[in-house]
Amino acid sequence: MEIGKLISIAISMIFINNFILSKFLGLCPFLGVSKDMKPAISMGFAVIFVMTSSAIITWGLYNFILIPFRIEYLRTISFILVIGAFVQFVEMVIRKTSPPLYKALGIYLPLITTNCAVLGVTVLNSNDFFSSGGAVAGSFVYAVCQAFFAGIGFMLALIMMSGIRERLELIDVPESLKGIPIAFIVASLMSLAFMGFSGFKL
Amino acid sequence: MNPMDIIIPVLTLTILGVAFGIGLAMASKKFCILMDPRIEEIYKHLPGANCGACGAGGCMGFAEALIHGTCTIDRCSGIKEEAQKEISNILGIELKARIKQVAILHCHGGNKRAKDKFIYAGIEDCTAANLVMGGPKACRYGCIGYGSCVEVCSFGAITMNDEGLPVVDEEKCTACGNCILVCPNKLFTLEPTSKIYSIRCKSLDMGKAVMDACSVGCIGCRKCEKACPVNAIKIIDNLAVIDYEICNNMGKCFEACPTKTIGRKKK
Repeated sequence: MEIGKLISIAISMIFINNFILSKFLGLCPFLGVSKDMKPAISMGFAVIFVMTSSAIITWGLYNFILIPFRIEYLRTISFILVIGAFVQFVEMVIRKTSPPLYKALGIYLPLITTNCAVLGVTVLNSNDFFSSGGAVAGSFVYAVCQAFFAGIGFMLALIMMSGIRERLELIDVPESLKGIPIAFIVASLMSLAFMGFSGFKL
Repeated sequence: MNPMDIIIPVLTLTILGVAFGIGLAMASKKFCILMDPRIEEIYKHLPGANCGACGAGGCMGFAEALIHGTCTIDRCSGIKEEAQKEISNILGIELKARIKQVAILHCHGGNKRAKDKFIYAGIEDCTAANLVMGGPKACRYGCIGYGSCVEVCSFGAITMNDEGLPVVDEEKCTACGNCILVCPNKLFTLEPTSKIYSIRCKSLDMGKAVMDACSVGCIGCRKCEKACPVNAIKIIDNLAVIDYEICNNMGKCFEACPTKTIGRKKK
């Protein structure tokens, strides 16, 4: 584990391979929760938390159950099982231990359960996703870091988007583009901007 | 083909699924939230239409709001008297009498009485028809008659009569206000059920224009205003308006009205 590697994972996951703007995963919360800043931030934190913990659990499942039995092709379905059960469990715990937090997260926790970005990060973790190959699949620390920074990237995109959409409310948008259409156009422009990072070689 | 190739994955997934299921079941026992039992009790007595007239998200939310004291029973418009008593017993509070209201349609211009200005062949929906020059009828204030209010009423209180006008069933109407929201010409208002007379016109046009468009429109002739002994009726912008605070069901306006614009409930 080198610190340089971690930094390059961070840059890769936040900018180059940003989950929303380069991989187009998790678009539903990206458009659904980005109407204003406050819920966007709480959603971002929730996603970071769920991504990181799901990465921990699925890494164990993949390396200690799926690989030894040579049933890697069950990856997707078993990961969905794990993430779904885990988020349900987290929801129960939060509801019991911290009602205010439960109220703040509200509908977003169950939304994350079925969020492709979370499944995406866990699947890509087991895929040697990180550019220099072999770094993630074998290493627990790298896998968890990658998931964590993927969450940070997700939150970054959400916050930028909500900032822009708050301003869009006040701007004279053509009638036919009001609401979701203009949000999609803005998202595509942001995505184009993020494509500028794809020239980075780490 | 090795049978183990099938058995192992099936077993693995089954075990995982069962393990998570049991785990979640145990967790839900361990982390169960004690709900206030009164919420369920109250919910049983609510109409269950989830119409949202009370301001809560639905009947369940309303029950919770009642328990927390952020809402009062009379906010629910679909509720029956007995159920109100039951709920106030559960909550242990005094029940205040509520003035029962009913939605009244302020237009008598059915397709026999109101003239058309063109033949409309679009979507049979008031909102859509209203976008085309304010609907096919010559009077731009009146009932368009495609029954958007019938669609939106979750209590089945509104039916269309043979003249293409919606009729409100006073028994079924709960004064939830959904028809008021949906009507593009804002022809419905909520009025106390105890009042018999109502102005069935919304036209602000001058007398001649009203006469040209509809045989039962208010022409602003002021006969009702003069006839009312308690001055409950006023002509405002060429249209008669009854002040129900003052009105005491005398019916002098009904007798005086030359165009039969004023409606009387059959008692």
